[in-house]
Amino acid sequence: MKKISINLNGEVRYIYVEPNDVLLDVLRDKLGIKSPKSGCERGDCGACAVLIDGKSVRSCLVLAIEVDGQEITTIEGLSKNGLTPLQESFIEHNAFQCGFCAPGVTISATELLNKNPQPNREEIQEAIAGNLCRCTGYESIIEAIEKIAKK
Amino acid sequence: MKEYKYIGKPEIRIDGKEKVSGAAIYTDDINFGPDLLYAFIVESPYAHAMINSIDTSEAEKHPEVLAVVTGKDFPYKFGLYMQDRFIFAQDRVRFIGEQVAAVVARNPKAAKKAAKLVKVDYTEIPAVIDQMEAIKEGSDLLHEDLENYDHVPWFFPKPKTNIAHWRKIRKGETQKGFDEADYILEDTYDVPRYAHCAIEYHAATGLYDKSGRLTIWASSQSPHTQRHLFAEALKPLGFTHKDVRVIAPHVGGGFGSKAGVTMEILAAAIATKVQGHPVRIMWSREQEFYNTYQRLGVKTFLKIGVKKNGRITALDHKIYWDAGAYVEYGANVVNAVGLSAIGPYNIQNASIDSVCVYTNLPPGGAYRGFGYSEFLFGLESHMTRIAKHLGIDTIEIRRVNAIREGDKTAYGANMNPNGLLKAIDAVEKEIEWHKEYKSSDPNKVIGKGFSLLWKAPAMPPNASSSCFLKFNEDASINLLVSGMDIGQGYLTVMAQIAAEVLGVPPSKIRTENPDTDRNPYEWQTVASHITWGSGNAVKKAALNAREQIFDLVVRTKHLPKDSLYLEDEKVKCTQNPNFELPLREFVIAGIQMSDGTFKGGPILGKGTFLPEFSTAKSNPETGQGGHPNVHYTTGAAAMLLEIDKQTGKMKVLKAVEAIDAGKALNPDLVKGQIIGGLVQGLATVLYEDMRYGDKGKLLNPNFTDYKIPTAKDIPEKIVPIIIEVPQPDGPFGARGVGEHTMLPAAPMVANAVADALDVRIKSMPVTAEKIVLAYLEKKNNRMLK
Repeated sequence: MKKISINLNGEVRYIYVEPNDVLLDVLRDKLGIKSPKSGCERGDCGACAVLIDGKSVRSCLVLAIEVDGQEITTIEGLSKNGLTPLQESFIEHNAFQCGFCAPGVTISATELLNKNPQPNREEIQEAIAGNLCRCTGYESIIEAIEKIAKK
Repeated sequence: MKEYKYIGKPEIRIDGKEKVSGAAIYTDDINFGPDLLYAFIVESPYAHAMINSIDTSEAEKHPEVLAVVTGKDFPYKFGLYMQDRFIFAQDRVRFIGEQVAAVVARNPKAAKKAAKLVKVDYTEIPAVIDQMEAIKEGSDLLHEDLENYDHVPWFFPKPKTNIAHWRKIRKGETQKGFDEADYILEDTYDVPRYAHCAIEYHAATGLYDKSGRLTIWASSQSPHTQRHLFAEALKPLGFTHKDVRVIAPHVGGGFGSKAGVTMEILAAAIATKVQGHPVRIMWSREQEFYNTYQRLGVKTFLKIGVKKNGRITALDHKIYWDAGAYVEYGANVVNAVGLSAIGPYNIQNASIDSVCVYTNLPPGGAYRGFGYSEFLFGLESHMTRIAKHLGIDTIEIRRVNAIREGDKTAYGANMNPNGLLKAIDAVEKEIEWHKEYKSSDPNKVIGKGFSLLWKAPAMPPNASSSCFLKFNEDASINLLVSGMDIGQGYLTVMAQIAAEVLGVPPSKIRTENPDTDRNPYEWQTVASHITWGSGNAVKKAALNAREQIFDLVVRTKHLPKDSLYLEDEKVKCTQNPNFELPLREFVIAGIQMSDGTFKGGPILGKGTFLPEFSTAKSNPETGQGGHPNVHYTTGAAAMLLEIDKQTGKMKVLKAVEAIDAGKALNPDLVKGQIIGGLVQGLATVLYEDMRYGDKGKLLNPNFTDYKIPTAKDIPEKIVPIIIEVPQPDGPFGARGVGEHTMLPAAPMVANAVADALDVRIKSMPVTAEKIVLAYLEKKNNRMLK
């Protein structure tokens, strides 16, 4: 067991982790953060994406001890002070159906817009290509992000 | 057309804020505290084997293990339509992955470790993994006592064979029809199995508490049906339905995979062995692939006869399903297709044999489309080929044969009002069918593909829905229903229906996921029937509440009932424009009279719906005489497909799909279904490829090797078109569209490939490799000539 600290959604949290504890499990089971989802256990689906120091990372492929001292943002953190324009746009465009992939997609899109506030369609598709969605056919997700990009 | 206030409007989804903020709770998000136990399942490594013995002693010694269970603990069967499955395997396993035992421990790692200590001694017996082998005389039998299995009365199993059900249709005089034909085309088509790939795994947590209540939290499309099957299967343990409770949180995608009962019954059963502790089972992505329902594989033999003008004179459709080791749900797919495999055509002479065959592969079950995608691949390929042979336009041949209102279906009932011809026109116009398309790249060609679609809800004739509607003090409303919002927007649309009747905006209505203890009965959220069935129940509940409101106003204000109406959360009167009685003033508190007394009380609406005209009774030899399908939803689709002649690589430039929704209660949600469903359909034909080894093992049970589309793999443009020819018995004229959106994808691609390169691919998926090989062969043959 090793004690680590992470800045989780703006709050510093201290936890004990095993060397082989996966970040996704630690977030969900030890820290009560339920928005990152497990959908494949091997980095294929992107449902577990979180921002680590601003970068979208699949938390099922990261060990918890690797993020000691780092800053982690999940969608609970993004909507801490009310929904972001991107989240509002997701609602407006029905950019989700079952909603299971929405947290991961939101994380990828947030990273994209932080780096490139005005991406074109192709750049949006590239940015969310690591997030599998079985419901929407992606069109509404792309439109929701495009709307923010045009603002 | 009546102008509605909330119906037909793109109302915002009422689960939107939850789902984008991280507040939405799915089954595995529920916190059960430190007493939660974890179960790990011991699965069969063989496709077919006898179990000689199971030694659990080593696993039981593990310090963190609380219980180990096997089939001996639960010698109980279950099954929705056919009771052919045990909770845990008894003396025999019939597919790789079948559950043999379970180990329950304090943490998942210990459970997994201890499961390896369970020693199962098997004797392998011959496995049959191909349905055409399995129906041969003398083939090894999977279910030797098939004649003793309970099943619904409209199934016809053939004991001492691997045929679990055989649906026959004999309409008119098929041979005579072929004799009259100017041209007959006969061929076979192959459609492999497919996986649903909902992003959320199957998950279930069971708790058998000290008072004797059994509660199961499950990711489910069928909470009430699950409760029923759990209670029935566990009846020997003393359970009655009131002791069993299913709570269904948000569902992270279903597509049929979470309909009926698969792994959830393990949580229910195992929980009874660790009373007082919640026990959790969650599948892995691998298990999602091989140990839940899959889409059935199928081989079809299709023969169609036509006159020179394209009019169909006869159809003979023989459909052999690889239904897997257990067909408790899948046999109904076979049945549904048997009733409908004439497609959306008016055919006087038809013979259909839809045959459900046991194989040693995972059980097949419901998958968006419920078998229609599979037979439409062959049928719609066939129609295009016939048109080409006759020199008739591919759309025209469909117009000539399209089924119209009042025409007879395959089983002899009247076809419902439908917008099939309107859909054909709309698609033809949008895709600019008669335009020549040419790629700017000399290596590439553009093909046009077209397909019709139709589907009916496949459900028992007594599948019912119900709704409670309760007003709150501020005239906001809680709708209690038990359908599931698996993404289609059910919760929102039900609110819109109640809103329209009661003059209360949808934003003031809360529809929640069900708990079978609190919410009234719903059969299941399957068959694209939930908007129609549950929508009717909600509308009736709203009308019932409205009736109570009006009666109270009549009683206390002495106004004529037929002059009252509801608008803007008020009771208003056509005879007295000054009369306005806000709902919030009396829907709980009642109306005060001049003597100080109150009349009325809390307004509670109730509505139930059962399609009382439906019957599954018919002649088993001909299928004639019943009314098994409540209605059909129809539509059409077309695409432009660009193909690289050297690599076979395909790109969808444009796809158009028109669906007759009857009345789109929320057009944005309908469009979302069309786009999402079409992409899922295209995935089955362009990307997904399920591979089994010759021993019946699935070789690619993960997203690395089983590809589903990413955001970069979608058509450049999809145009969804909504047609509205009202369904007379639907809520505001609506009928379902959820599954239908997938259906035309596969034949459309095959037809576009044929149009571009003059090669016909008759097996799915239609891969670049298949196209190139067929194209090369064709070129070489031409050179040899």
